[in-house]
Amino acid sequence: MREKVEKVIDSMKGKKPTILSALLAIQEEIGYIPKEAIPEVAGLVGASANEVYGVITFYTHFRLEPPGEHFVEVCWGPSCHVCGGKEVMDAVLEELGLSSDGTTKDKKLTLKRTSCAAACAQGPVISIDHNLRGRMTPEKAREMLARVKSR
Amino acid sequence: MPLSFDELQQKAQKEWEAFQRAAPSTRILVGTATCGRAAGAQNVVEAFRKALAQEGIHALIHEVGCLGPCYAEPIVDIIKAGHPRITYGNITPEIVPQLVRDYLINDNPRADMALGIHGDGKIDGIPNLFEIPFFKLQMRIALRNSGIIDPINIYHYIANGGYSGLKKALEMTSEQVVAEVQKSGLRGRGGAAFPTGQKWQFLLGAPGPTKYILCNCEEGDPGAFNDKAILESDPHTLLEGMVIAGYATKATNGYVFIRYEHREVIRRTQMAINQMREFGLLGSNILGTSFGFDISIALTGESYVSGEETALMEAIEGKRAMPRPRPPFPAQVGLWRKPSNINNVKTLSYVPEILRRGGEWYAGIGTERSKGTAIVCLSGNINRPGLAEVPMGTSLKSAIEEIGGGAPNGKQIKLLQTGGPLGGIISASQIEVPLDFDAMAGKGAILGSGGIIVADERTCVVELLKILCTFIYEESCGKCFPCRIGTAHILDLVKDITEGRGRPGDTERLLAMGETLTSSLCGHGQLTISPIRSAINYFGDEFKAHIEEKRCPAGVCKALGRQG
Ligand SMILES: Cc1cc2nc3c(=O)[nH]c(=O)nc-3n(C[C@H](O)[C@H](O)[C@H](O)COP(=O)(O)O)c2cc1C
Ligand code: FES
Repeated sequence: MREKVEKVIDSMKGKKPTILSALLAIQEEIGYIPKEAIPEVAGLVGASANEVYGVITFYTHFRLEPPGEHFVEVCWGPSCHVCGGKEVMDAVLEELGLSSDGTTKDKKLTLKRTSCAAACAQGPVISIDHNLRGRMTPEKAREMLARVKSR
Repeated sequence: MPLSFDELQQKAQKEWEAFQRAAPSTRILVGTATCGRAAGAQNVVEAFRKALAQEGIHALIHEVGCLGPCYAEPIVDIIKAGHPRITYGNITPEIVPQLVRDYLINDNPRADMALGIHGDGKIDGIPNLFEIPFFKLQMRIALRNSGIIDPINIYHYIANGGYSGLKKALEMTSEQVVAEVQKSGLRGRGGAAFPTGQKWQFLLGAPGPTKYILCNCEEGDPGAFNDKAILESDPHTLLEGMVIAGYATKATNGYVFIRYEHREVIRRTQMAINQMREFGLLGSNILGTSFGFDISIALTGESYVSGEETALMEAIEGKRAMPRPRPPFPAQVGLWRKPSNINNVKTLSYVPEILRRGGEWYAGIGTERSKGTAIVCLSGNINRPGLAEVPMGTSLKSAIEEIGGGAPNGKQIKLLQTGGPLGGIISASQIEVPLDFDAMAGKGAILGSGGIIVADERTCVVELLKILCTFIYEESCGKCFPCRIGTAHILDLVKDITEGRGRPGDTERLLAMGETLTSSLCGHGQLTISPIRSAINYFGDEFKAHIEEKRCPAGVCKALGRQG
C-alpha cells in the first residue's frame, strides 16, 4: 500500500498539489484513502495531518475503508424521485441487505446514494462501476445487481 | 510558428465541409454525453463498430455531445454522401445492424426511425429537425453547436464561427469589451442573475498583475445538467468565453471548476484546452497579440456548497469548501488572495457570440430585464425530457407543453420544482409565467440554473419538500450555526408532518425557521426558505390535510391514510 501511495504522491510533485487535489488523485487510483496516505499528503503540501483529515471528512465521497469489489450508486434526487426513484432505491437496498450507504457483508458491493447523477432526463438513474443506466425500474435494478453479484 | 487565424479558419472550413459532405467516408455521430451514456450510447458505438466491420463498410464514428432531446436517446446522426444529414432517435444496439444494412447499403433512410433532417435537403417522410415540436420554439446560442459538431475537433468549432469573437475582442480595448458585454444586458446564469458586465468591471478595476477568472461548473443542483452538457458537447464555447473574460478584465489565469466524478466532462474539457494551447489560443501571445492567459481544470469533491463562489475558492485552494464572509468580495480578495471573478458555464458560453454578433444583437433577444435565452433542463413526469434553449420571455407553459409534450399517460401536472433545491415549488396553475428572472422570482419559482422538474398528481408536495430539505440538511457545510442547526430542525419538522406527527402551527414554524436562516453566511442557508415558502404558499391545503387530518391526499405518506 505504501508504494501505491508513494507512486501517486510522486506523480503530483511539481504540479502545485493541494490537499484536495492530492486526496482526489489517491482515491481515484486506490479506491479509498488508506491511513498511510494522510502523513504523505500532509508532507507533500506542507499541511498538518489534522488539516488533511479535516478535508477528507468534509467531502462526502472520501472513504477511509476500501470499498467492495463493485460500486453501486442510486440517485435519490428530486427528478429521479418523481419518476419512481424511491421504488428503485428500496429494491436495491433490499437486494443488497443494506439499510443505507455501506458495503455488503461479503464485501462484494458498496452502495452510495447520490443526490444527482446529472442524467435527470433519464430518471430514475443508477450507476454500477461508474456506468450510468437510466429509466430504471425495480425489476431491472434487481436483474443488474444479480448479474454483478454473480461475476 | 502557429498558423494565423485566417489560415486556421481556412483549414477549419475545409475540414467542416468534408465532414458535411461525408468525405472521405460516411460519418456516424453518436451522442455520448452523460444522458446518452445513461441510455446506453456506449453500447451503440460498439454496435456500429461491429456492424460496419461485418458489412465491410468504411465509416468514421464521432462521439458527439447532447443535442437536447434526451427523451429520444440514444441519438445517432448519419451523414451519407449525397444525402442530407439525418438524426435518428431511440437507436438501441439491437437496431444498429438493420439500420446499417438499410441505409448504408440499401439506401433506405428508414424514415420511421428518424427524428429529422438537417439543412435544406428533403427526404420523404422525414421532417426538418428544427421544425419538430421539441425544437420549433428554440433559439440556440450557447447550445448552437451541441450535438451538431464533434466537441473534440477544434476545426468544427472554428468553422462555425468559433474564436471569431475572441479575435474581435483582441482588436478592442479591455474597456470596450466590458462595455460590449454591459450593452448585451447579460446576467449571470449561476443563480443570482447578477449583471455580468458589471462584475467584470469590478475585476478590471482591481490591481494586478495576477487575477483569476473562475468558471463554476460545480452544478450540484439536482435537476440541472446544462453546464455539464455544454462542456461535453462544445467545450470551446466556454473556453473561448473565458479567454475573452480574461482579456476584458486583464486577468492572467482561469480555472474550470468541475466535480471529480464527471470524468467525461473533464476529459473533453482537457482535450479542448490542449488543442487551444497547440493552436496559439492559450498561453502567451494569444493569436499573435501581447495578451497571455492560461486555463486549467480544478477538481472538487462531493460538496454542494463548493459551488458557492467563495467556497469554490477554498476548494481550489484545497481546503474544506466553506464560504468566506463578504466583504471583501472576490474581485478584491479572491483565489489565493488575488482579485477574482466567478461566472457560471452558461454565462461565459454566451460571450463568444455576444462579441461576434455584438451586444446589441443579444440585447434584442428576451425581455426588458432578462436578455438572451434561458437554457432549461426538463425532467420528471414529462413526455419529452431534455435540454432546450428558448428566448427569455417564452412561457413556462410553452416550454413544458410544446417542447416537453406535457405529462405522460394523460396525467395532470401538479407542480413544478424549479431552480434547484434552493429554488421553488410552484403549482401548475402558475404555468403561464414567462421564463424571466424577475417574473419567475415573483411567483416563488426561481429560474436559477434552469432545472425544471415536472411532477404529476402522484407526487406529495410535503414528501417532495422532505427530499429537498434532506438535501439541504445533508449538504450544509456546517460553518455557520443558523444553517447547520436550522436545516436539521427544518428537516425534522417536515419529516414529522409526513409521518403523522404534525402539529397545528407547523407551517408557521417552518416559515419562521426559514426566516431565521436568512441570517446564514451564504446562500445555502439564506435561500432555504424559498422551497418552503413557495410550497406552503401554493399547497397550504395539502400541508393542512397532513397536519390536521392526518391524511396524505396523494396517498404517498405511508404513515397516513389517503382519506384520513
Ligand atoms: C450553496 C450554493 C451553491 C451554488 N452552486 C453553484 C453552482 O453549482 N454553479 C454556479 O454557477 N453557481 C452556483 N452558485 C452561485 C455562485 O455562488 C455564483 O453566484 C455564481 O457562480 C456566479 O456566476 P454568474 O454570475 O455567472 O451567475 C451557488 C450558490 C450557493 C449559495
Ligand atoms: S435527480 Fe437523479 S440524475 Fe439528477
